[in-house]
Amino acid sequence: MTTVAAKPVTKPVTKPATMAQALGRALRDSMAEDPSVHVLGEDVGALGGVFRVTDGLTKEFGEERCTDTPLAEAGILGTAVGMAMYGLRPVVEMQFDAFAYPAFEQLISHVARMRNRTRGAMPMPITVRVPYGGGIGGVEHHSDSSEAYYMATPGLHVVTPATVADAYGLLRASIASDDPVVFLEPKRLYWSKADWNPAAPTAVEPIGRAVVRRTGRSATLITYGPSVPVCMEAAEAARAEGWDLEVVDLRSLVPFDDETVAASVRRTGRAVVVHESGGFGGPGGEIAARITERCFHHLEAPVLRVAGFDIPYPPPMLEKHHLPGVDRILDAVARLQWEAES
Amino acid sequence: MTVMEQRGAYRPTPPPAWQPRTDPAPLLPDAEPYRVLGTDAAQKADPGLLRRLYAELVRGRRYNTQATALTKQGRLAVYPSSTGQEACEVAAAFALEERDWLFPSYRDTLAAVARGLDPVSALTLLRGDWHTGYDPREARIAPLSTPLATQLPHAVGLAHAARLKGDDVVALAMVGDGGTSEGDFHEALNFAAVWQAPVVFLVQNNGFAISVPLAKQTAAPSLAHKAVGYGMPGRLVDGNDAAAMHEVLSEAVARARAGGGPTLVEAVTYRMEAHTNADDATRYRPDAEVTAWRDHDPILLLERELTERGLLDDDLKRQAGDDAEAMAADLRGRMNQDPQLDPMDLFTHVYAEQTSQLREQAAQLRAELEVASEEAEEEAR
Repeated sequence: MTTVAAKPVTKPVTKPATMAQALGRALRDSMAEDPSVHVLGEDVGALGGVFRVTDGLTKEFGEERCTDTPLAEAGILGTAVGMAMYGLRPVVEMQFDAFAYPAFEQLISHVARMRNRTRGAMPMPITVRVPYGGGIGGVEHHSDSSEAYYMATPGLHVVTPATVADAYGLLRASIASDDPVVFLEPKRLYWSKADWNPAAPTAVEPIGRAVVRRTGRSATLITYGPSVPVCMEAAEAARAEGWDLEVVDLRSLVPFDDETVAASVRRTGRAVVVHESGGFGGPGGEIAARITERCFHHLEAPVLRVAGFDIPYPPPMLEKHHLPGVDRILDAVARLQWEAES
Repeated sequence: MTVMEQRGAYRPTPPPAWQPRTDPAPLLPDAEPYRVLGTDAAQKADPGLLRRLYAELVRGRRYNTQATALTKQGRLAVYPSSTGQEACEVAAAFALEERDWLFPSYRDTLAAVARGLDPVSALTLLRGDWHTGYDPREARIAPLSTPLATQLPHAVGLAHAARLKGDDVVALAMVGDGGTSEGDFHEALNFAAVWQAPVVFLVQNNGFAISVPLAKQTAAPSLAHKAVGYGMPGRLVDGNDAAAMHEVLSEAVARARAGGGPTLVEAVTYRMEAHTNADDATRYRPDAEVTAWRDHDPILLLERELTERGLLDDDLKRQAGDDAEAMAADLRGRMNQDPQLDPMDLFTHVYAEQTSQLREQAAQLRAELEVASEEAEEEAR
């Protein structure tokens, strides 16, 4: 049997693209592939969304596929439920994190439970896009991190990308999912860029797998969404202190990838969970508990959390004091040189 | 010179011309609830239809009394009775074609049964063995909605989606008077009118939201008046007049199917029983009020009309009574059997594919069940 030499690969023409563009491309590709995919929300049409994520969709697919709705989030999500009941695959936009709160009843009482309520007869293939988190100088109600509320609701998947490629891959997977997905878009990263081949964007990423963004031996930083680049920066800075940090990007909060997280912590023996939302009752507490249950005998120190303060999201001129930054992460890493109190 | 100083010479520019978006007059409901039975309009009603409505009302009343009895026997966790409101329930079911969809609230099991749903499947939610006992797509009946008015936007979305797909499907959504205060009621009406979705909203104004009377619920002239603000017609109907209900709902369904958009129908009726078996209605309403409504019973009204026109023969009466008794006996017999439950079903339908977290919890429950069954075997020995 002869081995056929691999065809020389033409170097893809890449150019920098933003996360917002990658998300838009994921919507476009999903709509082109599947006529049952419908986008709806306030301002998604002519304006292209306040962050321009839905730019051009109405032009390409018509107002019936990308629809400007009345300004009413419960109505937007509630009608999406009915559309899903009739076999469509709605993707709804909530514009800003705190604007999603009026739609909570629809999300929790119907979207999350319909499959269960009907013994699987009526799945809810709805993607709820929620731009979330701070760091963009937004006024009140424009910077909340509400992931803990969504995580606490059985029946929902909760997904959040941190890279341009994942933004594309995870949104494609979310829209294709037969279950409802709360797709949290870190708006601070909307304008982050990466090289990207517009002809063949990237792979569709399965929901539920964490990824090790940076390998290291001294400790693991476990994080997601807007805090991923901060942790990467902290890991670089920690090298000067002699710390070799591993960074795990969760990408999916529900389902939670226990395996990747536990494997990493067993290697390093130390862990810090980093996120913007408040620590009390927040995702970090759940993650720390899961790590402790699985890795207790491998741990050299307690699992620490670096989170936002337990305050309503602060006004923009003070948000830099609230958001977990490199220094706060490094302080926590220093505390991992833990000695038992006698 | 400032604007104030040149005030004498100042002539304000008129604003751009304003026009009302729609003429409100044709949207306004009648001053009185629309009636057919006992009026000249009844002469035009199809005798066959009146007889079918009568048989279904009798069956519906029997269904209500049987379900209430099952509650007293502990076979149902709860039953919100629609006794006195059977004309609304039956007319809602009769107004729809097979391809249409019904969106009932928790009090509307009878509408689902009148539409042809198996009475036991309609009661699983209230018995407590599973939340929805039927496949909504097969029955074209949405799950009974416990939260108030949240099923109304679903009806709008479904009707909208059907129209986008080119199907002439209509959705009929039911809600009580209390539900009209909820935000989802308003959002649903607004979306439906803006999208001209083929939806009919049926408000059963039965006087009370548990114990709160309509006067404390709304300051509107009528609930049907609420339609005008959204740009859809509002119809006020005697909810105990089965012929009037059937006519108005059928018209609204036909209008929606023809692309005429949504209609809001307020059926003025009365809840003869308490909110549920857990409620004590004597605390908030006088007996005299209930008695007055007894004379306006939906079955009585139709019976009088049929008798007057010589349409109520002994055959019809006996047939309707026998059918109702047979249904009740079947329901009783099947509801008195303990449902077969599999606890592992708890984890089966949360996600399309179980998460590793749920797989772990399912394994835990399976182990607990095995221990329990071993212990039971031990005890039996």
